[in-house]
Amino acid sequence: MNAHVKHQASAGSLSRRSLLKAGAGLVLATYVARNGVAYAQDASAAKSVNIAPNTFLVIGQDNTVTVLCKHIEFGQGPFTGMATLVAEELDADWSQMRADHAPSNPVLYKNLLFGVQGTGGSSAIANSYEQMRKVGAAARTMLVAAAADEWKVPAGEITAEKGIIRHPSGKQSGFGALAAKAMQQPMPANPQLKDPSAFKLIGKEGVVTRLDSVAKSNGSAEYTLDIKDPGTLTVLVARSPRFGGKVASFDASAAKAVPGVVDVKEVPNGVAVYAEGFWPAKTARDLLKINWDDSKAETRGTAQLLEEFRARANKQGALVKQEGDVDAEIAKGGKLIETEFVFPYLAHAPMEPLNAFLHWKGETASARYGSQFPTPDHAVIAQVLGLDVAKVDLKTILAGGSFGRRAQQSAHVALELAQVAKAIGPGRPVKLVWTREDDMRGGYYRPFSLHRMRGVVRDGKIVAWSDTIVGQSIMKGSPFEAMTMKNGLDTTAYEGSNEIPYQVANFRCDLHQVDVGVPVLWWRSVGHTHTGYAVEAFVDQLLEAAGQDPVEGRLAMMADKPRHAGVLKAVAELANWKGAKVEAGRARGVAVVESFNTYVAQVVELSMGAEGPVVHKVWCAVDCGVAVNPDIIRAQMEGGIGFALGHILYAQQPLDEGRPVAGNFDTYRSLRINEMPQIEVAIVPSTQKPSGVGEPGVPPLGPAVANAMAKLGLPRPTQLPIRPGDTA
Amino acid sequence: MAAFTLKINGREHQVDVDPGTPLLWAIRDNVGLTGTKYGCGVAQCGACTVYVDGQTVRSCSLPVSAVGKSEVTTIEGLTGKEAAAVQKAWAALDVPQCGYCQSGQVMSAAALLGLNPKPTDQDIDLAMTGNICRCATYVRIRAAIHSAAKTLEG
Repeated sequence: MNAHVKHQASAGSLSRRSLLKAGAGLVLATYVARNGVAYAQDASAAKSVNIAPNTFLVIGQDNTVTVLCKHIEFGQGPFTGMATLVAEELDADWSQMRADHAPSNPVLYKNLLFGVQGTGGSSAIANSYEQMRKVGAAARTMLVAAAADEWKVPAGEITAEKGIIRHPSGKQSGFGALAAKAMQQPMPANPQLKDPSAFKLIGKEGVVTRLDSVAKSNGSAEYTLDIKDPGTLTVLVARSPRFGGKVASFDASAAKAVPGVVDVKEVPNGVAVYAEGFWPAKTARDLLKINWDDSKAETRGTAQLLEEFRARANKQGALVKQEGDVDAEIAKGGKLIETEFVFPYLAHAPMEPLNAFLHWKGETASARYGSQFPTPDHAVIAQVLGLDVAKVDLKTILAGGSFGRRAQQSAHVALELAQVAKAIGPGRPVKLVWTREDDMRGGYYRPFSLHRMRGVVRDGKIVAWSDTIVGQSIMKGSPFEAMTMKNGLDTTAYEGSNEIPYQVANFRCDLHQVDVGVPVLWWRSVGHTHTGYAVEAFVDQLLEAAGQDPVEGRLAMMADKPRHAGVLKAVAELANWKGAKVEAGRARGVAVVESFNTYVAQVVELSMGAEGPVVHKVWCAVDCGVAVNPDIIRAQMEGGIGFALGHILYAQQPLDEGRPVAGNFDTYRSLRINEMPQIEVAIVPSTQKPSGVGEPGVPPLGPAVANAMAKLGLPRPTQLPIRPGDTA
Repeated sequence: MAAFTLKINGREHQVDVDPGTPLLWAIRDNVGLTGTKYGCGVAQCGACTVYVDGQTVRSCSLPVSAVGKSEVTTIEGLTGKEAAAVQKAWAALDVPQCGYCQSGQVMSAAALLGLNPKPTDQDIDLAMTGNICRCATYVRIRAAIHSAAKTLEG
């Protein structure tokens, strides 16, 4: 264990340079750089699946195996996940595994779901499961072939186990000594993969620990804010307090007088202050006098938006899905139940506020930061600097959280980064830093949205269901529009509402897609952040009216949804839903939501404190197909639950005449440890293809809380957050 | 601007900064120790937690001019049996996710065990409430502190 921990120590801060210095054998760093972005626009290449081990692996002479991870590591565990997949097929020992981010290269490192390099949609394991196993298997074949050559024995007689290659004659070798020779072996086009019954790492408990834990426990893990290349200027930008505002005029004389300030420049987004360090930059920015031109800015507040959204919800929107005849069914009579659910703008507020680093040297440029979508970021930087994309390199590094915030279809941070570099000219590196307030008030929120629900219960059954959604499109106008919009409607505005897991004969889902001048973005589980709540709180309300048990009632309508039913049954068993004697004053609620092909059901037990619900315990069952790293799956469920709970209780970004109000954790309250429930997670065994876990733990928590409150005789909250008046 | 001598992790560092500069930025930008993080700047999140004369302090809200001759300890200089036990437990239980808040969490946890070698869940909640983790790794933070306490028990 000690050796293991020691090995981990450097994992978070590995650089390719240090690997090269260590005398790595199977390295193709130069190959990557040479081919790199030159192929960026080669569509035929973009369709192929790259399994070349040299693209994804570096085997050092010291036997270390470094996996180059094309997905950004900001906590959800792809470093460990990718390394697990490779190590499994390579028959490596876990202690020799390392991971680092792959550089920006849309051909070699594209996300197979997006066609460009990027992380999102809980897709890392889903997209890499086969690819990275093939990488490991190909490398193993090449190492074995090298050993066969070296030892003059048939390859078929050679075995590999825990990082050692052996021949029955007694010959044996680590990977490092064979790596250079392995590189000269032919690469198998379609290497054979292990049968799952032979797995030693995938899905196993206690054999894999995160590669980044040690560096993240001793302060040595390097994030963008920590970059200190010589001569680096810290740059803070004063941006319009309203979205869409522009600089009319400004006076920087006081700002420029602050010691440590190097320059002040107008940039498209506002006014940029360049200084030796954060504090002079911040001090100077506070001294800027700027007149803003709000003639094209969004000036509506959230109260006004709510009125407008409500008015729209009274009429049917664009039809998303329809079965039977909802209106006819309502006209027939029965118990008509109507509810409105209102969801606020939410900031992602990752622990590390947005930032980015760029060194423009004139003819070339190097960027380094937590880029979640390297391909569009890379292109934008090159474009602004007027350089060929091949003259710009972009390296992703660890980021302090994202929850969707760093995945920018607009590449707006990369754009701003390049613009501030351009404004001051080539030479000194720039580190663009957003303060917490910049991050919180900077937009790109989970869209403000409203659901008007109507349902009819007759003879103990739900016979009609109608969901009218009013919301803003995330994708409209973005490069992903063609991929994610259908008939002009943003699928992420209604995902989860159009395909509910329950059989209801008369069903309708419609959408009013509204334009608001507030930039919005995907936020951990995207549309399911609100559709999950609307559907699961409402079905519970209808089942209550029908006199049915929340679990049994749901299962009765899920005949053709075995995986939903599977997690629901599993969580009911885990929580002892039927038999448990719930403490006086406490109640339980349940919800089940599928997102990103992962199925999650949760049971919440809560009581009402003086100030609102207190969640004591959450039981969670998850079906994510083959479970690659069970402990990381549990961690993501735990984190997803805590993230969801904090927001459902406290979080909102209100707009006052267009200006975002909440600026920091004192006004945008975050869940703290004393509010964290106990959590028990069950992973439902599955042989289905693996799916993601970063987001799917979030959606069921909110409705499960609402449904538990209803059990205590309280209304299910119809406007979130539950405790809007609370600050920290 | 004024010259200050800061004693950090047992070494003296000369910094020439505005007296109002928060200790956090002197540590990060002037001394060059980056394990201590910026998360909020208003003593809300605890990512910037350091020890000043052994007491946990939010370095984002303490001006350099107020540090005087006090001894500052950052995550890079964290030593002692509590710290070792905490860091070992953090890795063994894979507490960190994004990791950005964890320097502050580890500083607070080690300080707690120094004062209270066998904390209850409630003691932990009380001591760790000032440290926000947006990844919500709190379940494991609690478990790791209990685990570290057990290690210390021997």
